[in-house]
Amino acid sequence: MTLLIAILSILFIVLTFMVVSKTQAILKGLTKSEVEESEYLGAPDKFNSANGVGLFAFWIISIVGIIWSFIVYKKDFLPEASSVHGKETDYWFWVSMIVIMIGFFIVNTFLFLFSYLYRHNKNRKVTFYTHNNNLEIIWTTVPAIVMAGLVFSGLRVWTKITSEAPANAEQIDIMGKQFGWTVRYAGVDDNQFGKYNYKLMDDAGGNPMGVDFSDPNSFDDFSNASEMHIPKGKPVLLKIRARDVLHSVFIPHMRVKMDAVPGMPTKFWFVADKSTADMRAELGKPEFNYEIACTEICGRSHFGMKLLLVVDEPADYEKWKKSQKPLLTENPDLLNKVPDNLKAKAQKYVASDEPAVEVVPEVVASRVLGNSSKVLK
Amino acid sequence: MSAVSQVEVHEHSEHAHEEHHELGFIRKYIFSEDHKVIAKQYLISGIVWALLGAFMSLVFRLQLGFPDMDMAWMKPFLGDWISLDDKGLGKLDPNFYLALVTMHGTIMVFFVLTAGLSGTFSNFLIPLQIGARDMASGFMNMLSYWIFFISSVIMFVSLFIKTGPAGGSWVIYPPLSALKEANPGSGDGMTLWLVSMALFIVSSLLGGINYVTTVINLRTKGMSMDKLPLTIWAFTFTAVLGILSFPVLLSAALLLIFDRSFGTSFYLSDIYINGQALPNQGGSPILFQHLFWFLGHPEVYIVILPALGLTSEIIATNSRKPIFGYKAMIFSMAGIMFLAFIVWAHHMFVTGMNPFLGSVFMLLTLIIAVPSAVKGFNYITTLWKGNIIFTPAMLFAIGLVSFFISGGLTGIILGNSALDIQLHDTYFVVAHFHLVMGSAAIFGMLAGVYHWFPKMFGRMMNNAMGYVHFWITFIGVYLVFFPMHYIGIAGFPRRYYQWSGFETFNTYMDLNAFITIAAIITVFAQIVFIFNFVYSIFWGKKATANPWKSNTLEWTTPINPGHGNWPGEIPTVYRWPYDYSKPGAPDDFIPQNVPFSATPESNLPEENELIEKEKEINSIKFDTSIHD
Repeated sequence: MTLLIAILSILFIVLTFMVVSKTQAILKGLTKSEVEESEYLGAPDKFNSANGVGLFAFWIISIVGIIWSFIVYKKDFLPEASSVHGKETDYWFWVSMIVIMIGFFIVNTFLFLFSYLYRHNKNRKVTFYTHNNNLEIIWTTVPAIVMAGLVFSGLRVWTKITSEAPANAEQIDIMGKQFGWTVRYAGVDDNQFGKYNYKLMDDAGGNPMGVDFSDPNSFDDFSNASEMHIPKGKPVLLKIRARDVLHSVFIPHMRVKMDAVPGMPTKFWFVADKSTADMRAELGKPEFNYEIACTEICGRSHFGMKLLLVVDEPADYEKWKKSQKPLLTENPDLLNKVPDNLKAKAQKYVASDEPAVEVVPEVVASRVLGNSSKVLK
Repeated sequence: MSAVSQVEVHEHSEHAHEEHHELGFIRKYIFSEDHKVIAKQYLISGIVWALLGAFMSLVFRLQLGFPDMDMAWMKPFLGDWISLDDKGLGKLDPNFYLALVTMHGTIMVFFVLTAGLSGTFSNFLIPLQIGARDMASGFMNMLSYWIFFISSVIMFVSLFIKTGPAGGSWVIYPPLSALKEANPGSGDGMTLWLVSMALFIVSSLLGGINYVTTVINLRTKGMSMDKLPLTIWAFTFTAVLGILSFPVLLSAALLLIFDRSFGTSFYLSDIYINGQALPNQGGSPILFQHLFWFLGHPEVYIVILPALGLTSEIIATNSRKPIFGYKAMIFSMAGIMFLAFIVWAHHMFVTGMNPFLGSVFMLLTLIIAVPSAVKGFNYITTLWKGNIIFTPAMLFAIGLVSFFISGGLTGIILGNSALDIQLHDTYFVVAHFHLVMGSAAIFGMLAGVYHWFPKMFGRMMNNAMGYVHFWITFIGVYLVFFPMHYIGIAGFPRRYYQWSGFETFNTYMDLNAFITIAAIITVFAQIVFIFNFVYSIFWGKKATANPWKSNTLEWTTPINPGHGNWPGEIPTVYRWPYDYSKPGAPDDFIPQNVPFSATPESNLPEENELIEKEKEINSIKFDTSIHD
């Protein structure tokens, strides 16, 4: 194969050389007399008009190509927005797109049209035209005004998106790690997150998120490493963190993207307005799922950091939450981390579920790492 | 000091040349202090790097366009980076994919478009176009190249170490680049990357200081700042950008070296990796991003401004028409240079930076579009009612203007923080910057090579091969990067080894394959250029002193300018560099060293008044002695 490619490239060079030298030989025959009497080596050659015409022809073909390809590929542009702010950013995306496409077509048209119109001609008198301050002022002001319009619309939308989340927002703790996402919910009993600390993180001990079990709020917290559920029509606040390197939460359909930074929690809030079921019906794809991806390079399996997102009707969402087992129930060994004075309170979560079962660390690890280990393979 | 006195010796050229003994081969071609030789050294290094960078891109394009392809045939030269599965199918290692992406970016941005472009043309053109014997310090200039060379060797060596070269992308964001456990590329490869870049920065500063000093101090008689060709303005602004921003990258790199090797916590905090919580606390990865982009953003203007400068000269010469809005061009470049320093955080809208800061940077970013637009309009108006000669250089210059417009426009969308949420780190960004700074700057560089080749090597490059090269490359670049916008709008993230794991990104296989094929054709078309370049150096048609009938001073030197550039006195400058097709003049160009008193037939009224000043200019005596 290598040999083949080497031979092909050599062949390519030889062919190019032959074509060029042949062309030259022909041209020499044609233009011999002209070249010899003049020292002006940069004088326009036989191809000058062809190049000028070629540039304009290129542009015409490009316009056709652009329009055609736009129509063909449009269906997969900006996957159907499923969040309230996403509809707004999509709107402004297309407004900006129209503005820049107008600029694109006008300016390129002038560039290639002038290349065609003013290709060299012995008889043309060049206009000695050095500057025109009015023109400069016009084409400084017009873009400036257009920019100002786009800036202010953008600022308005940006401020709204990045404003403080409403107080009733459903909070979800999402943590990126090599190579997967884990989410944690505040639990159904107290709806308060327990504290976390990276020094408490322990994959083998079943506490990959570093939840602090000396904080009673953490007792009913539950987590999931294969899917994230959110309610439709209710504000959701993602509290984003990373535990090893940078990651970035990207939910394409929700128009959500925010980096996950070790040591600096970030956040993003949004309102999903289409449930998974709604989208399946709308797209006619019964298999459709929302997905969460990573968009900050994080190492070998960066491309495999997938988490499924399920948007439920609010009632279904509450039901799902109730069905989830708190971390303590999943892994009763964690009870050892609970201080003695709170053990009684914590016991409730452990006792409810076959307390006598011997917990093998690997099983716990794989249960907690769930999805991520699947992705790694 | 010795360098300054050397320049002084050349000023008294008459007897200096008698004493001047012929230099040995090593001092003449290897450790040369002659700016023209150093320029050629940079050019050839840049071309070698560009080929390597381009072929790397083909390897990862094959992976992206044809993920199921059997890559076993690349095993002879990629070795263990191609792993064979049980069926004997060769697969590219995902870590090596990241390393390739990283090295492609690093090589192209720094080694090709910074060193190869500025290094070549600033060195070659500054002394020739301002009328100087050489750079202010020939010795510093030589050091600059050889430190760059050492930096290149280190970067090249890093490709061959067992754990591979740096793999955290060209932005080397910590903690990924700081933690050896996180990625094999963050081990020795990253160490070599940092050492190489530190040397690169030293080289770039030595060069930049030299360029600015030369332009300020060594202009010939009559060459006031408002008579400088736009190339020189562009090189000067570029050098200022580099001098002010590269040191910040050096400090960023230095702190990263500390974090990696000496246990500090500038960028590290709250990290649990490999089953262990690290002791580092209080650092901020965002700090690195601010420091990095404080260089990183000016860097894109360091790359594009020289290309725009070269284009200005080539478009004016080959339209046989003055550049339109000379002063507006200078002001817009100055504006771009100033704004370039205060837009860096638009790379960081979604890093968790305070959203208010995001708003400020969005405002500043969209302002920078205005001077850029002005430049585009001025180029187009220069073509209007000209008499265009499509030399290969001119074709590449027009290609640059088109890329600069097409790629620049999408910047308006990306600079809008609200719209950037969806598009950040997708292929939309990749398409945007490859057009506006990557391809545009490469086209500027190619245009420059075609245009100044006669002055560099005393021979002409072949036009027919130039046309073939231009057409395949120009069409190819658009075919690669235009469809890439579509992929970006669909949300495909960058730096993905493959997308098939996601249902959302499981479309556009045809577009990705198409892009790969277009990229292969475009890269292989460069062989035509390499062949033309090498062939013409030795067997090209003999050039004349001023083959393009151009006005600037470099064309008043002999066909092969020797050491000191002009055999006699340095010409005096009387007019601006763009007197093309002046009404009344017998020729369609009047070089800068032709006094107004010699062209009464074409002088404008205000220029007739300048005739009196010519005596004054002639009587200038530069004091070349060294003051304390």
